[in-house]
Amino acid sequence: MADPQIVVVGAGPAGLAAALAAADGGAGVTVVDLGALPGGQYLRQPAVAGLPPARHSAAANRLLDRTRNHPRITFLTGHQVWQATTEAIPHLDNRGGPGFTLRLLGPTGPVTLHPSALVLAPGGHDRVVPFPGWDLPGVVTAGAAQSLAKGQGVLVGRRVLVAGTGPFLLTVADGLAAAGAEVVGVVEASRTSRWGRHLGAIAGTPGKVGEAVRYLGSLRRRRIPIWSGEAVTMVEPYGDRLRATLRRVDAGWRPAAVTRAVAVDAVCVGHGFTPSVELAVALGCATHHDPADGSLVVSVDDSQASTVPGVFVAGEATGVGGADLARYEGTLAGLAVLHRIGRLDTTAFGRAAGPLRRRIARQRRFATALHKVYPVPDGWTHWLRKDTVLCRCEEVTVGRTRSDITAYGIDDLRALKLVTRIGMGRCQGRMCGRAAACLLGQVSGRPQPLDTFANRHIAMPVPLGTVAEEGTTP
Amino acid sequence: MSPPDDPPATGFEITVDGVRVPVRPGQTVAAVLLGGGRLATRRTRIEGRPRGVFCGIGTCFDCLVVCNGEPGIRSCLCPVAPGDVIETGAVIETSAVIETGAVIETSAAIVTGSDHG
Repeated sequence: MADPQIVVVGAGPAGLAAALAAADGGAGVTVVDLGALPGGQYLRQPAVAGLPPARHSAAANRLLDRTRNHPRITFLTGHQVWQATTEAIPHLDNRGGPGFTLRLLGPTGPVTLHPSALVLAPGGHDRVVPFPGWDLPGVVTAGAAQSLAKGQGVLVGRRVLVAGTGPFLLTVADGLAAAGAEVVGVVEASRTSRWGRHLGAIAGTPGKVGEAVRYLGSLRRRRIPIWSGEAVTMVEPYGDRLRATLRRVDAGWRPAAVTRAVAVDAVCVGHGFTPSVELAVALGCATHHDPADGSLVVSVDDSQASTVPGVFVAGEATGVGGADLARYEGTLAGLAVLHRIGRLDTTAFGRAAGPLRRRIARQRRFATALHKVYPVPDGWTHWLRKDTVLCRCEEVTVGRTRSDITAYGIDDLRALKLVTRIGMGRCQGRMCGRAAACLLGQVSGRPQPLDTFANRHIAMPVPLGTVAEEGTTP
Repeated sequence: MSPPDDPPATGFEITVDGVRVPVRPGQTVAAVLLGGGRLATRRTRIEGRPRGVFCGIGTCFDCLVVCNGEPGIRSCLCPVAPGDVIETGAVIETSAVIETGAVIETSAAIVTGSDHG
């Protein structure tokens, strides 16, 4: 192979932008994604014939179009990266440094890739804080409801409630209503009047304000109420349906009086997002807790380089900040890879990187303000009951968790995992890890770092045979 | 190599819990089940409680079904194929790892790769 092989993990805005920048610069790029089509969650395309095309911004559509038939971009869609390791592969690397091994599971079996440079753009998933009944069928993440509507043309329910916190809820509610659902209301735990304190950040990104105003206008036209300062604190079975109980919550999310009970087919919940950092952690990249929202994120420099040479990270994994930020970071990462493999000289890289860095800084400022307006304070633990499931996979309840923490004097996540099995199931703590850390922090009186659950030498559960099998190399 | 531009349009049938169901290419098993009004896909191992789609993007492993005899298939990721036989309501082992890294289940074994030695 003439080119050092570049692999981009993730085909969302960050990954596509990185692939395009690197491929336009003359490098061959392989893009790996679990989804059936490129786009990731944000740029999800309809997978079924006859669905209306997704509405994306012009810049986003350009990304999909330009990458779709690019002569130097190869897509491996439907492929899950389940292991990433650093290995010395001298013949593949013009700097004599380490190369990488990625092990994938795809529709036709295992695949192994040996890139010499990596861009990790794995995105993230919806964060949901637990509440009684969050494990019932019909309670789904806001992202799940949206992806089923956009990609599959299927509603999670005819009559739905959208709840949690963050502007994403408006997008989802509007999308579900447009797809034909009866959206009973949007339950927003925060009080959005806090925006008044962040006018500087808003002024830097006028497009975002326009977007929010458009969604709010659309919800008003559809007569969908927004109940702010309230939260869904319980969901119960109710005949064939579900009944959601809403309570007023204070600024710290401590629940107060019941405000209403709503019978629906589905409850779509989102409390922000959790970045996917597992592959970066497996490769040895340094992480830190994002001061903006407390998520575990990959540490990168101003060229998207992680602490492991040859590994660049872009998008939500460096801090939750949305699709525009992801796209700019992706482009910068793509150029940084070109620079690293010697296809872009330092002067040209610096010239291209400057404007991108300024855009990234502006978007990051907006993201930080967003996290301040839509925080997820710890008061939600007060709406848990003893029998509320905390770890969904291993069916560990809140009561069991609290009593084990006290009985065994547990004060770190690793011990909690070994004693209770929280985080040992198939989701590997992705759904409940942060909630478990929060609960443990409250009982033990010590804040808990989140890296315990992210540290996996196998990043996704795979069948045993896959581990033993040698993957084909394309 | 590039991904397909337009999904094909001709429909076919699959079997869900013994009943023939018409589907369209590109649909996932989860979408077919939800489209038929079925929210639960499996039962949990310990309490036997129903579970269904939660994250919708292959991360939570709640929407598992048995697909053509293979347990533990994520219905939200699994595209339908002609002749598929889907079973819902099964108890699917969700945990099969002991912490030294050895695996104790047999055919349904999965490896989740804990960091504990």
